Amino acid sequence: MIKFKRIIALTLVMIMGLTFVACGNDTSDVATPPVSEEKDTKDVSQSEPEVKAGKVLNIWGWNTEFQGLFKTYFEDAGLVPDGIEVKFTIVPNEDNAYQNALDEALLNQETASDDEKIDLFLVEADYALKYVESDYTLDIIKDVGLTDGDIAGQYKYTQEIVTDSNGAIKGTSWQATPGLFAYRRSIAKDVLGTDDPVEVQEALSTWDKFYDVAEKASAKGYKMLSGYDDSYRTFSNNVSNPWVDKDNTIVLDDNIVKWIEQTKEFTDKGYNNKSTLWDDQWAADQGPSGKVFGFFYSTWGINFTLLGNALETPLPDGITATSDPDAFKEATEGNGIFGDYGVVEGPQNYYWGGSWLCAATGSDNLELVQEIMRTMTCDPDTLITITKDTQDFTNNIEAMESLAADDNFASAFLGGQNHIKLFAESAKGIDMSNISPYDQGLNEEIQTAFRDYFNGTVDYDTALNNFYTAAVEKYPNLKKPN
Amino acid sequence: MDLRKINRLLCYIVLILLSILCLFSFYLLIVNSTRAHSQIQKGFSFTTGSFFKINLKNVLDSEELPVVNGIINSFIVSSASSILATYFSVLTAFSIHTYEFKFKRLFFTFIMMIMMVPNQVSALGFMRWMGKLDLMDSLIPLFLPSIASPIVFYFMLAYMQSNLPKAMIEAARIDGASEFRIFNQMVLPIMKPAIAVQAIFTFVSAWNNYFIPSLIIRSTKNKTLPILIAQLRSADFLKFDMGKVYMLIFLAIIPIIIIYIILSKYIVRGVAVGSVKE
Amino acid sequence: MKSISKKKTKSISYSKWGYIFLIPFFTIYIIFSLIPLISTFNNSFFENYMVGLTQIGPNFVGLDNYRAILFDSDLPKFALNTLIIWLLGFIPQIIISMTLAIWFTSARLNLKLTGFFKTVIYMPNLIMAAAFSMLFWALFSDIGPVNNLIVALGHEPISFLQSVNGNRGLIALMNFLMWFGNTTILLMAGIMGIDNSILEAAQIDGANAWKTFWHVTIPSIKPILVYVFLTSLIGGIQMFDVPQVLTNAEGGPNRTSMTMIMYLNKHLYSKNYGLAGALSVILLIITAILSFIVYRNLTERAEK
Repeated sequence: MIKFKRIIALTLVMIMGLTFVACGNDTSDVATPPVSEEKDTKDVSQSEPEVKAGKVLNIWGWNTEFQGLFKTYFEDAGLVPDGIEVKFTIVPNEDNAYQNALDEALLNQETASDDEKIDLFLVEADYALKYVESDYTLDIIKDVGLTDGDIAGQYKYTQEIVTDSNGAIKGTSWQATPGLFAYRRSIAKDVLGTDDPVEVQEALSTWDKFYDVAEKASAKGYKMLSGYDDSYRTFSNNVSNPWVDKDNTIVLDDNIVKWIEQTKEFTDKGYNNKSTLWDDQWAADQGPSGKVFGFFYSTWGINFTLLGNALETPLPDGITATSDPDAFKEATEGNGIFGDYGVVEGPQNYYWGGSWLCAATGSDNLELVQEIMRTMTCDPDTLITITKDTQDFTNNIEAMESLAADDNFASAFLGGQNHIKLFAESAKGIDMSNISPYDQGLNEEIQTAFRDYFNGTVDYDTALNNFYTAAVEKYPNLKKPN
Repeated sequence: MDLRKINRLLCYIVLILLSILCLFSFYLLIVNSTRAHSQIQKGFSFTTGSFFKINLKNVLDSEELPVVNGIINSFIVSSASSILATYFSVLTAFSIHTYEFKFKRLFFTFIMMIMMVPNQVSALGFMRWMGKLDLMDSLIPLFLPSIASPIVFYFMLAYMQSNLPKAMIEAARIDGASEFRIFNQMVLPIMKPAIAVQAIFTFVSAWNNYFIPSLIIRSTKNKTLPILIAQLRSADFLKFDMGKVYMLIFLAIIPIIIIYIILSKYIVRGVAVGSVKE
Repeated sequence: MKSISKKKTKSISYSKWGYIFLIPFFTIYIIFSLIPLISTFNNSFFENYMVGLTQIGPNFVGLDNYRAILFDSDLPKFALNTLIIWLLGFIPQIIISMTLAIWFTSARLNLKLTGFFKTVIYMPNLIMAAAFSMLFWALFSDIGPVNNLIVALGHEPISFLQSVNGNRGLIALMNFLMWFGNTTILLMAGIMGIDNSILEAAQIDGANAWKTFWHVTIPSIKPILVYVFLTSLIGGIQMFDVPQVLTNAEGGPNRTSMTMIMYLNKHLYSKNYGLAGALSVILLIITAILSFIVYRNLTERAEK
């Protein structure tokens, strides 16, 4: 009986194995339609008269941020033509679901019905090039029809992030997200004897000086930074080469190595609090009980996340500095360490966050797509209104500089500083020409791999090896350097 | 007598400790659903906050987050899954248990083998294939496949082996009952306790499934609760609010607790009835 | 003689029902599972992945993917992680579940409020694994309540989430909490199905509680026990959600809590059908062998 079962089981395995081989050709065809076939269908769809074309404008994203802005500043402004329905498809990021779904939809774009074709989709900087370098996105000038004049007012780095290797710009954003270093004024006074932003900037203008301040802060019982990854972006945005070279070999840039060395030293000497971005220690360090000198944060982070964390009692629901200034003032005065933060540019320029709009190849609504891109990402009036309404920093140099000169924009949270001024300065200095399509995965993996090294769990070589292993798992075409 | 009392006391102590351990996570969940985002971010508290109503309102009011619709979708998918999985697994088990036919062992071994295939293995192939079948963004691929649930089948078979004597079937046949009638009117009632057990298990796992729906569902009207929770978690900085996340998790648990309480009574009663019959 | 031959002809005519009743299962399985599965497995012999939106392959590479997984990856390490974490959770789970099942069904103990306890111990299973992990993450973080308690008692805080044992222990604890109620209910259903007269007979024969348990209860619920053991084993091999969320998909530190399916999931990121397919086949073979051993040992002995 036992023998019999064994034989059955073995036979079954063999039969299954044979089936796979036998079905091989068919199924691989199913999984990957050959290129020639794709071209055929393209021809067919082009020759077909487009009767129903353009009735539905499909916009894909991973959250509702753009959906909200679109409604307020485009739809409610009466800019959607009659007879066109705008349909948002929101697939959450979790488990890479957004990119999985988007990729599948784009790959099927040619065979999809007109009402299901994606017209616009949103991407983040770290993986923007994955789409920008593909044939699935359109050149916003040549194909979509924006003019050079339209996008002239945008911050250069926001265009670099979505420029393909041939120099075509294939995306556009309403935001710029330059980063600053937000420091605790009380701690700066104690450590440096001053909380004046100009003098603090002077003391933190290079990494060497930054290190000296960390040493002094530590002597007084403070931590310079909260966690390992706090300064990562300032280093990774200023690399001298992309993550991957022409032969698909991973290049560990000197600036990344500097981050590793500095963070290890900070950790060993107790200059940081061993936290991870977004964990509870990190958030608590920003609050009244925190003993951390400062945090690297970008536009959205300072007025929302950092502000929220700095308070002892949370703001009443729905109250922001712009929605109800009086209630905001009342709720924040003397609350936690509100007013104790200041901002400076810090040792290096960087950005953190942001979303870009890409037009999808095969869109049947290019005119409307063009109009949306122009209004939402190029029009100074719309952008300045968005900034006034939401305090978000928008992607128009002139508009932002007009606000920088306006003293009404001083932030009570930052002790009266006009942060727009610093953001506007910093945004112009960001250089993202060394971005690669692999940034998302490689930035994540190097931080993960080296966390073990900072914690002392593994040595440097093991951490580096772990990084290469994880990198090649994510991107099988990449090679580890020799 | 005294010894028995001590024994019982010991049992109660252990049970109470285990219950505290189990209920503790629910307590945490409820506490978090009453706190503001920034409070949750900065760490844990054992006392409730004052944001319960606000979190509830924020979760229910959002147009982009159709919670009630999500509950309905989850309910459709989960109940359909558990009904299909239990009914057809009993049917499949009945076939293997009762009849003698060629290749029976082969079929049985095959089912046992596919029981071990993890979901993730074919997930991406599944997504593409559903696209080809034009079942993308439909609830059907979320419940119809549960007709073939090897694990449920195996449980039903195990239960049948100890609770469904073949002599009973023979007797029913002599009475002239058709095979379908035997199955529906005699076998299903005997299997009630097992069906209740597996109905709960299937319902809960369908209710909490994120992986497959995240590959299939696109439009807002078809989203199930786990997708809505994930959507809250990937919200932008202006709307990102852990208070809302915990509130929705809390809301999502209430219906299954109710279902569980209803079905669990049924398990106990069913088992009792079954043993009296014997 | 007559009746026997009658039976025989009848049983032949009934056999078609065996096939008929299998139709729904196999039809649905073939449509929804087997077709994608075959394409996945077929891919294990090809180099086939995505670079961005461009498909690489499929190029036939024979057994290269298998070689890469078996000899060039850390699969043995991940298999060991999975085994350790599974055992850490399963051993207490089966002991406690068995004890509770006996308590709940014992007429002698006659516990009150069993309905309440039965509901409560099952409840952790109702929370989504991801949500459950989020809560534990907050609970055991460096400044979480558990560490506050440890500090209040005068000890050094413990970095649970940065230590190997901490992570493995927490995953096992969560698995235990999520599944012991489930197992208890299954075992209870089994025990309640035992004919009371058998138990009474054993007691009349003078068998003590332990002997009754070992010689009457266990053999009687063997099918359910096999089921519990097999499903738990399969669940263990497929362990994914809890460690995925708790360790933020990285299986840290140094991948000491990365399970086999988490590793598989890594290859799905790049839609690496080739390596993922090979890994799946290997996993399937491992599971099949283990399950086969368990199944054979537990059932054949009962037949003897």
